[in-house]
Amino acid sequence: MAGESVKLLGFWCSPYALRVKWALKLKGIEYEYVEEDLVNKSPQLLQYNPAYKKIPVLVHHGKPVVESLVILEYIDDTWKQNPILPEDPYERAVARFWAKFADDKCVPAMMGAFTKQGEEKEKAVKEAQENLKILESGLGEKSFFGGDKIGFVDIAVGWIGVWVRLTEEVAEVNLVDAKTMPLLNAWFERFPELPTIKECIPPWDKLLEHNRNFHKRLTAGST
Amino acid sequence: MAESSEVKVLGTWPSPFVMRARIALNIKQVNYAFLEEDLGAKSELLLKSNPVHKKVPVLINGDKPICESLIIVQYIDDVWSSAPSILPSDPYDQAIARFWAAYLDEKWFPALKGILFAEGEDAKKALVDQVVEALMLVEEAFGKCSKGKPFFGGDQIGYVDIAFGCFLGLIRVIEKFNDIKLLYQAKTPELVKWAERFCQHPAVNGVMPETEELAELAKILIVKMRAANPPKS
Repeated sequence: MAGESVKLLGFWCSPYALRVKWALKLKGIEYEYVEEDLVNKSPQLLQYNPAYKKIPVLVHHGKPVVESLVILEYIDDTWKQNPILPEDPYERAVARFWAKFADDKCVPAMMGAFTKQGEEKEKAVKEAQENLKILESGLGEKSFFGGDKIGFVDIAVGWIGVWVRLTEEVAEVNLVDAKTMPLLNAWFERFPELPTIKECIPPWDKLLEHNRNFHKRLTAGST
Repeated sequence: MAESSEVKVLGTWPSPFVMRARIALNIKQVNYAFLEEDLGAKSELLLKSNPVHKKVPVLINGDKPICESLIIVQYIDDVWSSAPSILPSDPYDQAIARFWAAYLDEKWFPALKGILFAEGEDAKKALVDQVVEALMLVEEAFGKCSKGKPFFGGDQIGYVDIAFGCFLGLIRVIEKFNDIKLLYQAKTPELVKWAERFCQHPAVNGVMPETEELAELAKILIVKMRAANPPKS
């Protein structure tokens, strides 16, 4: 059975590790957290994730599960309390669809807005806005993607709310506001205020400092 | 039970992603209508059913559209939950299956597709090496997942078989066009044998396109793609 012996290899400001922390917290699962040095990857990490060599890795009874969305599904399959995915097959498919859409379409564009400059940056900003608007249509008038309670999409995508604000601040762009995306904007504010969610998010100023430094390094040597 | 004419697949015959949906339905012995789309002139139904991506495959069950091939396969497994199962029952085995399917789509397939459009021999060779190395990882995964049985899914075709097997036609076409070997005895002997079994499986052999037909189509597509995507400097 589920039992004990749960370990999470992560990095303090990784949104992908954050997803997993949220899921574990919501299910009340106790785990050992291991902070990985991503510059000098541990032999443990390389052994557990030879294909990607990335965090997060969830280790349960010594067996590794990698790729954050795969980990979320594994957690939901293994620990049945506080289900993350809906019961209904169609609703499950819809939830998986939006999580994939956010990862495939919103995140790269948002990263582009952060990392690029000039015309390419403008293009990325526009793309991010368009895709975030589409994401908003998946939320609709609901409080959360999961309905009245948070669910799979909220856990998978919720980090974007924080990172959009970081990107806006550091890269000096406007991605989501109350005028252009009132529903998504409201969810961006509502979701991180939930106690279980808030507890896991690193302090804003630490995140900001880390991302400013990252941004500086990225834009320093560019023509 | 199967809602025969209520189940539709919008797709195109050459698409590996569309094939995934059809194989899954075949495994479950669900009758469905296959609606061939003209991707140059997409149907109203497609645009309405997949407004976000406007892509195939789309599975329509009654009035519900489901998009994204792997999501469709999981949906089929959830709805027609009578045997045979497509995903393993054990959560850890399920996670492994999901991992490999995602790996194939996110890491391996872009490299495979890249070979078709690679500019220059060096670029092509780099991609070929990437594809072959990844296949060797998949060969290792096959050993672990199959546990000595004929398929990744064990005795029956499962999630990874479907996720990977749909690309076999494309692999053969790319090998033929470029006079290279991607899936072959020396590097991935178990996968070579698996590929044969997969293609002969009754759920597959009706929907796997003939390499010759696919090659003809690929020729046309490559010309179109090259015209639309001028070489990067």
